[in-house]
Amino acid sequence: MSMTFLADLVVILAKILIVFLVLSVLVIFIVWFERKVVAHMQSRLGPNRWGPFGLLTSVADGMKLMFKEPITPITADHVTFALAPGISMLAAFLAFASIPFGTSVLIFGHRATFEIADLNVGLLWVLAMGSLAVYGVVLAGWSSGSKYPLLGGIRSSAQMISYEIALSLSLIPVVMSAGSLSLRTIVHAQSGVIGSIGWLGPVGGVGKFIPHWYIFYHLPAFLIFLLAGVAETNRPPFDLAEADTELVGGYHTEYSGIKFAMFFLAEYLHVVTISALAVLLFLGGWNGVTPNLPVLGWIWPLLWFVAKVFFFVFLFVWLRATLPRLRYDKLMAVGWRVLIPAALTWLVVSGLAMAGSV
Amino acid sequence: MPKGYFGEYLTLAFFAGMMLLLVAGTLGLNKLVSPKVHRDEKYLTYECGVDPVGGGWSQTQIRYYLFGLLFVVFDVEAVFLFPWAVVFDKLGTAAFVEMVIFIGILALGLAYAWRKKVLEWL
Amino acid sequence: MIQIAVFAVIAAVAVIAGVFLVLTRNAVHSALFLVGVQLCLAVLFLLQGAFLVSVLQIMVYAGAIMVLFVFVVMLLGVDKKEALIEPLRWQRPIAAGLGLLLAAEAIYLALSQHIHVGSGGLQAGPHEGNVQAVARVLFTNWALPFEATSVLLVVAVVGVMVVARRKMV
Repeated sequence: MSMTFLADLVVILAKILIVFLVLSVLVIFIVWFERKVVAHMQSRLGPNRWGPFGLLTSVADGMKLMFKEPITPITADHVTFALAPGISMLAAFLAFASIPFGTSVLIFGHRATFEIADLNVGLLWVLAMGSLAVYGVVLAGWSSGSKYPLLGGIRSSAQMISYEIALSLSLIPVVMSAGSLSLRTIVHAQSGVIGSIGWLGPVGGVGKFIPHWYIFYHLPAFLIFLLAGVAETNRPPFDLAEADTELVGGYHTEYSGIKFAMFFLAEYLHVVTISALAVLLFLGGWNGVTPNLPVLGWIWPLLWFVAKVFFFVFLFVWLRATLPRLRYDKLMAVGWRVLIPAALTWLVVSGLAMAGSV
Repeated sequence: MPKGYFGEYLTLAFFAGMMLLLVAGTLGLNKLVSPKVHRDEKYLTYECGVDPVGGGWSQTQIRYYLFGLLFVVFDVEAVFLFPWAVVFDKLGTAAFVEMVIFIGILALGLAYAWRKKVLEWL
Repeated sequence: MIQIAVFAVIAAVAVIAGVFLVLTRNAVHSALFLVGVQLCLAVLFLLQGAFLVSVLQIMVYAGAIMVLFVFVVMLLGVDKKEALIEPLRWQRPIAAGLGLLLAAEAIYLALSQHIHVGSGGLQAGPHEGNVQAVARVLFTNWALPFEATSVLLVVAVVGVMVVARRKMV
């Protein structure tokens, strides 16, 4: 008994370590990737001094921030000021606890699945951690004891909660189709192909080549999810939280050194979370469009998953380079008057369609 | 480690503990390696280069409260929808009608707020 | 065994956070302690095998309702030295009386055999039996209270607009 206990413990520790390391390296890479891509989109070179293609720039930035003096304003509420970046980072990391990223692998006769914990309410766990992330923002804004952070904090928390509703509502059609809240089960439900499509008549056979991904069933929900997801992460064009032209730096105006870096890390982790959720829920997770190459085993699904996630990360960067920032009143209007009614409508429509087909 | 779902949640707790240590470690390491040079001006809050005027804590608009409450209402709706969506195909028409009525009543609330121009940020 | 140990620790943390919630002068700190209490309650639900309720506890109480609280605190404009004049004189004795009533109820329930620790009827199956069981009961046996909830929520929406109107226009 103690042998299996030890083996389990080692596997869990290894998984946690791998997830942590991969995420850290991924964030460092994405920061570099974003600067490089935006630079090329604007006919600049981007970071190119540190390492090949400037790859080590973000590492250098991180090191620099670590060795900087943490400055807390005299007007700040000291404990909360230190707590806010901690909450941000913790919530961002914890969201990954229930995100699966591949099939499973057999190590020393021990089946290790590619996720930290397969929760039966995994999807809700990710959303719950997302709702805790609001605290990081609102507390950072309040605890600074300064005007710009307070405005930025309360603005962006209002934005985050508004789009959180649209985000949750857009996921419900997927749950209806899959009949589960476990992310692994939802991915399994998306394997295979659609099969011949009856109402297309003679060309219905084309469905045999279309994978059974929920994006082909719930395209409106997917678009709502994507918009709400970009807003939820406070990324451009919804980056009202740190609208530099009017709010200086938003909720983290007074933050410097490693505490600022923690907010930064949390933001990029959220980008990865939303990308991973989009892939898992709408794009079939690690299900590829080609048959699995038996030689590669578990690597092939993993590669598919990573490739799809990177597509969305690129989309985030692309949006940033392309679109100007929204006005705040427009932003709230889009959230409440377009996305939420649209999500509710799609929910009822797809429910009717599904009930009709049963 | 116990098997089954309780084991999964124990793993989760374990993960949470390690991440908590990580956050504390990051802040602690920064305290250890960072220099400390005291300058009074450094601890003032930012205000476009001049000394800050007035306190930082000020009242915010009531609109934020309005949106906060609307958020709570619709979050509760979403929370009811998730378990419903899981058993949607097994419970049949009755549950579907129930949910349509539920959404309809809440949509009325949203429509009322829209009519009263609460959803406009002016 | 481990469940009892976790219960003891978490329940103690919840009580301590609750005490601090009452004792702190700063309203935002109080709200934060309340978040702590809510998170502890989520863990306690988890110990009972109620996975769904536990996550919903974090989403709704720790997430949504507490954000609303923080907004209210900011709306009122928090000063570090809060005025300690009681606007509603009669609320303290009533609160004390209700608190005693609640304590008596809890003690009565604990002494009588109506409650037992552990996941009773909604035993978690190998795959999400928990969520399905909750949904099944909620949408068949308790359909009417569920619909009534929606009316209650709409009343809340209308109410807040009436309250806010005076200041907005």
